[in-house]
Amino acid sequence: MSTVETSRGVESARPAMPDPARPRIPGEAGIWVFIGGETVAFTFLFVIWLYSHSQHPDLYSVGQQQLAVGFGAVDTLLLLASSLFVVIGVRAVRAGLRPLGPIAFAGGLACGLGFAISKVIEWGGHIAAGQVVQTNEFWVYYYALTGMHFFHLLIGMGVLGWCFLQARKPALSAQRFAYLEGGACFWHMVDFLWIVLFPLIYLVR
Amino acid sequence: MTRAVALVRGPVSYVWIALVAFTLLSWWVGGDHGIASVRIAGAVVLVVAFVKLRFVGLYFMELRDAPRPLRTAFESWCVGVCALLVVMSLVML
Repeated sequence: MSTVETSRGVESARPAMPDPARPRIPGEAGIWVFIGGETVAFTFLFVIWLYSHSQHPDLYSVGQQQLAVGFGAVDTLLLLASSLFVVIGVRAVRAGLRPLGPIAFAGGLACGLGFAISKVIEWGGHIAAGQVVQTNEFWVYYYALTGMHFFHLLIGMGVLGWCFLQARKPALSAQRFAYLEGGACFWHMVDFLWIVLFPLIYLVR
Repeated sequence: MTRAVALVRGPVSYVWIALVAFTLLSWWVGGDHGIASVRIAGAVVLVVAFVKLRFVGLYFMELRDAPRPLRTAFESWCVGVCALLVVMSLVML
């Protein structure tokens, strides 16, 4: 039994892996325009961070020593775990494993929530220590970059919530499944943007 | 659980384990334990980050199976932005 319908009706047992011999766009084209735009926007932020770092080496040196690298590393591991859950979720829906799909998306969502809680605790500690946006240029960009990523994380959690609801349905149209794949790709983008932000903010001294 | 494992058996699970290992490696290198020069350590963790990012794109986002222009755009971005950030960190910091 499969949960993915095509224009010809329900296909029987679609493979969990796409056929490598036939190139296909994951999700649908529109999501890639969106992901491309977001990625370019973050590229500017990466460059601005390094430029500001080069202009204020002393502020960045002190600021980075006040950051807890453990938060950044654990956040990275949480997003990697969430990405694996989402991969399992997409493959489960594709293969028609109905109970597994929603469970996997819920797992991804839980890891995303863990990241959000971790970030709030981290920000709270800095704010309590008087390290706020007004402190200096380092903290301006620290909150700008982590805040911008956090905003995308929240959108991504909304998207994963939608994927969870779709995965619970007994059948999905091919179009709806493409949206689900696109949503998963958006979540992976949230993951890979943090993969760059973690070393950039915490480790590149 | 068995079904979940079966779904990610093969390259995608190896990639995930490598991503976790690279994250721990970056944490260690960036913690001033691995490489004497801070500047070189910074460049190394940036290169590691973009290798990880490429893995996420190719295996998790399934860009491995995407039409050539989309995959080329992604890989070009990885190489280009990685080079830009590494050069900036080596020259300007």
